[in-house]
Amino acid sequence: MSFEWPWQYNFPPFFTLQPNVDTRQKQLAAWCSLALSYCRHHKLYTLDVMEAQESPVFNNKKIERKLSMEAIQVVFEELRKKGNLEWLDKNKSRCLVMWRRPEEWGKLIYQWVSKNGMVNSVFTLYELSNGDDTEGEEFHGLEDWMLLRSLQALQTEGKAEIITMDDGKGVKFF
Amino acid sequence: MDRFSWSNGLLEINETLVIQQRGVRLYDGDDKAKLDVGVALLSTHRLIWRDVKNHECCIAMPLSQIVFFEEQAAGIGKSAKIVIHLHPVPANKEPGPYQHSKVSYIKLSFKEHGQIEFYRRLTEEMNQKRWESTPVSQPIHTGTGSQAGKTRAVGIVGIERKIEERRKETDKNISEAFEDLSKLMVKVKNAVVFIHFPAKEMVELSRSIANKIKDKQGDITEDETIRFKSYLLSMGIANPVTRETHGSGTHYHMQLAKQLGDMLQAPLEERGGMMALTEVYCLVNRARGMELLSPEDLVNACKMFESLKLPLRLRVFDSGVMVVQLQSHSEEEMIASALDNVSEKGSLTAEEFAKLLGLSVLLSKERLLLAEKMGHLCRDDSVEGLRFYPNLF
Repeated sequence: MSFEWPWQYNFPPFFTLQPNVDTRQKQLAAWCSLALSYCRHHKLYTLDVMEAQESPVFNNKKIERKLSMEAIQVVFEELRKKGNLEWLDKNKSRCLVMWRRPEEWGKLIYQWVSKNGMVNSVFTLYELSNGDDTEGEEFHGLEDWMLLRSLQALQTEGKAEIITMDDGKGVKFF
Repeated sequence: MDRFSWSNGLLEINETLVIQQRGVRLYDGDDKAKLDVGVALLSTHRLIWRDVKNHECCIAMPLSQIVFFEEQAAGIGKSAKIVIHLHPVPANKEPGPYQHSKVSYIKLSFKEHGQIEFYRRLTEEMNQKRWESTPVSQPIHTGTGSQAGKTRAVGIVGIERKIEERRKETDKNISEAFEDLSKLMVKVKNAVVFIHFPAKEMVELSRSIANKIKDKQGDITEDETIRFKSYLLSMGIANPVTRETHGSGTHYHMQLAKQLGDMLQAPLEERGGMMALTEVYCLVNRARGMELLSPEDLVNACKMFESLKLPLRLRVFDSGVMVVQLQSHSEEEMIASALDNVSEKGSLTAEEFAKLLGLSVLLSKERLLLAEKMGHLCRDDSVEGLRFYPNLF
């Protein structure tokens, strides 16, 4: 399934940061949702700002417009405020994109566990993200750091407990 | 004095009395006439004088006989006067108190004042020339006979006649010049330099020229006609407000503002209700000719528009650009028109918008920015330049 671009993507002013405050807010909201849905479609978890500028999201070759570096920073900062992004370094050159926040992931995993009646059983992290059973689930192929985060979120809710095993980490659901 | 004829003192059918003034003595040139003090009457057609005691003694002269007239201020022991210069005696003139006089001007001496109002009304009548539009039943003889131009004259009258001739020549030139429009431009410029037309006459002249051009059309576009018309209209303010006439300071700026209000109304309407201050400056100074205005005086005068309740406003945009606009020219309308134009074309640059409205680029950009500020438009700032789009966000 190919990615469906929003209408704004072909609207040239979309690629200029609008000076009008109200307009800019709407524009940024559109950018945030575009960036997240693009990452989600391509299962991207980390982004490099320099590379991002050349990626089709921020560079529409058809209408020959691309979002400037400063504007990308503004969009990312907006995402960070909403809790969908975390910087990996102080220079803000690489970031983690969480098109689904850890809590949401945790909820999905827990739903799957309870649906299959595996509450109270123990899983390795590898089993969850790459096991045969989870194939076809959305969290299949989830990166380790993200998986761990979502399980941690579940743990604070009291729905799971992370346990350290000899060859890695495991989790027990309640 | 020999231009006067005896009269019964009654007005003709289409003739109306304009003003009358007691205590007026007539002078033949610089000498007192052999008549006593009397009443001077100004009608739409004639200048009439009647003896105060002997009502039988009444003389009149058609206004068409007058070349021009001027005020002469009062002095010690001297009453204020109006000096009236006259055309030569027409051939078929009816008899009057004087058979012949050496000079071709008379004076009205106002013993009991009233000369200011009399002068004003006389000026009005001379401008309106109502004797031409509504001739009286009995023809009143005019002095501009065929032999008028041939008479040799020296002194002021000579100069006057020359001016008159030159005016006629200009008229002729204008007709001729339609063979070549560029030639006309040169000639009109000369006309402005040499002849001081009253403003009204100037407007009529330009109107007739514009009409003639329209008739000729063909190789001249409507646009050029308008430009030419405005060129003519924008020439000459008859008596510009200057520091000399109105002193300096607030009063001067107030008078200046009023004059600006009068003269800018038409150009503003033609330009869609708004003009940059620089444009106004050029227009005003071109019209003033010699009495140039300083930028400071212009700005100060423009600042008075509001307090004087004139229909104009000085507006300063966020960028610092100053414009003069009509009061009726509302912001909402401006924004709506900008939005309409942009929506129609999909997107516009300031340059394209300027072309569309016939505005300067600076002003059209201000309008677009204003519409953007109000959230009706958004921008696309790319290597191709700044374009405005309808705000679809």
